[in-house]
Amino acid sequence: MRALEEIRFHGRGGQGVVLAATILGTAAAIYEGKHATSFPSFGAERRGAPVTAFTRIADAPLRRRSQIYQPTIVVVLDDSLFASVPVANGLVGGGWLVVNSHRRISELGLPASARLCLVDATAIAREVLGVPITNTTMLGALAAATGVVGLAALERAISDVLPTALVARNQAAARAAYERVVARV
Amino acid sequence: MGERKFLHANAAIAHGVRLARVPVVAAYPITPQTSIVEKIASFLAEGEMEAEYIKVESEHSALAACLGASAVGSRAFTATSSQGLEFMHEMLAYVSGGRYPLVLAAVNRSVALPWSIWGDQQDSIQQRDTGWIQLYLETAQEALDTTLQAYRIAEDHRVLTPVMLCVDGFLLSHTEEIVEVPDQAAVDAFLPPLDLPFKLDVDYPATQGMGAFGQQYARWRAEQQQAMGRARGVIGEVDAAFGVAFGRSYGGLVEAYRMEGAELALVAMGGIVGTAREVVDEMRAEGRPVGLMKVRAYRPLPRAEIRAALNGLRAVAVVDRDCSFGYEGALCTDLKAALHGLASPPAVYGFIAGLGGSDVPPEMLRDIIERAAAGEASKDEGEFVGI
Repeated sequence: MRALEEIRFHGRGGQGVVLAATILGTAAAIYEGKHATSFPSFGAERRGAPVTAFTRIADAPLRRRSQIYQPTIVVVLDDSLFASVPVANGLVGGGWLVVNSHRRISELGLPASARLCLVDATAIAREVLGVPITNTTMLGALAAATGVVGLAALERAISDVLPTALVARNQAAARAAYERVVARV
Repeated sequence: MGERKFLHANAAIAHGVRLARVPVVAAYPITPQTSIVEKIASFLAEGEMEAEYIKVESEHSALAACLGASAVGSRAFTATSSQGLEFMHEMLAYVSGGRYPLVLAAVNRSVALPWSIWGDQQDSIQQRDTGWIQLYLETAQEALDTTLQAYRIAEDHRVLTPVMLCVDGFLLSHTEEIVEVPDQAAVDAFLPPLDLPFKLDVDYPATQGMGAFGQQYARWRAEQQQAMGRARGVIGEVDAAFGVAFGRSYGGLVEAYRMEGAELALVAMGGIVGTAREVVDEMRAEGRPVGLMKVRAYRPLPRAEIRAALNGLRAVAVVDRDCSFGYEGALCTDLKAALHGLASPPAVYGFIAGLGGSDVPPEMLRDIIERAAAGEASKDEGEFVGI
């Protein structure tokens, strides 16, 4: 992990993008002793519209409150955004792109300099949660691919942030994605 | 010891209101304030807090309801932003003139037109002369801690003046970070129950909200001014007492950061101070004599502290997230006035940045410092940067 990781989440309103940033920040700050901040960047706050959210994770205290322009990791919850949003904008060389898609890499038009983790999170979410809400699934994939946070911390953060009735299934979804990604690399 | 949580400043303030055992809350929703009163409503629904939550049809009524609660000797709280704060304007002077020690969270947002939900400090700066103490906060932790401090400051019999917590919209209100939520017992020891010297009481009927004319009126205003003067000392005392009780304090009225041997200084209020700390650290590491002054109390203005911190410096760059149209940023004007008459005053350069939620990245603050150091900016009118 870098001394400062700047993570940008892309998704659509209703997919739990902002909550993904909250869960990741909670996992790093409360359960792994790191410093973290999470913040959304709402466009039009409506279901289906493109939404971004951010998490900074660092070893040292985080004091800056400016926007993130050069993320070290980009997480894309919905690959239909590729048609309208430049999701890889500013991604640092050697940075990670973690994408939910059932399509082939060649179909997505991704930058060659990025490290890529492609996971069919929608299929996992449908299977484990019964709904195509992919935020916790994608956090599992993010943890497995980048090591920016551990699975145990993620599961505890899910338990803190989500309503009790949803905790076990979302932990299972994160775990399923984590295991599938780990098995592949 | 408290509990470490991952919270934005709005949730942190709601915890502060719960821990202060505030029995009356009245508010009207507006972005970016809404999640404060939503969190308070959720505390009430879950039985974690006991209070009368008064639903009102406007911000004007929200503050009027709080005034009523305070008149009978109850602590009360409200929160608002932007247009809501503007709509409260008439009641702000009623509350401060009536010496009701309320606490209001103003989650800073631009004012219309053009319409914008995003952050700057124009809304609370416009209320500068309403007689409220204004404290500008930097982190979610400071927002929680200062909510507790604010009741103790406002309710101090030497002060009896309401406090406005100025909390940057989005930079603080929607940014989650680690916050230690104190224990109830520790807060109870720090913040005694409200004890007002005068309150409405059916057993001893008296009236409040009286008229006053001429000299009587002027004398009343002079007393408000004297109370503001005493508040300078009380804000420092309360912050120091908080430090003893909880291990955290914020410099009272102002915080001088890395000002030892500084020749240049950046002066700012609110959330951008955090970004400025990183810039100053970076420039210090390069051997540059740069410091930072965070103005925490804007009213009462800490004139003596400002003079002491900036005397003998070569140049000062003031960043305002507001504009007093036809002149410059309000903090810049106040700072120049505070420095007037010093033997060797610094050159003061005013910059207006971060309006309407526009970003203030580290490079922008660094550029501002460099321009002031080189004497390249205007000393007469605020300069808009980043447009």
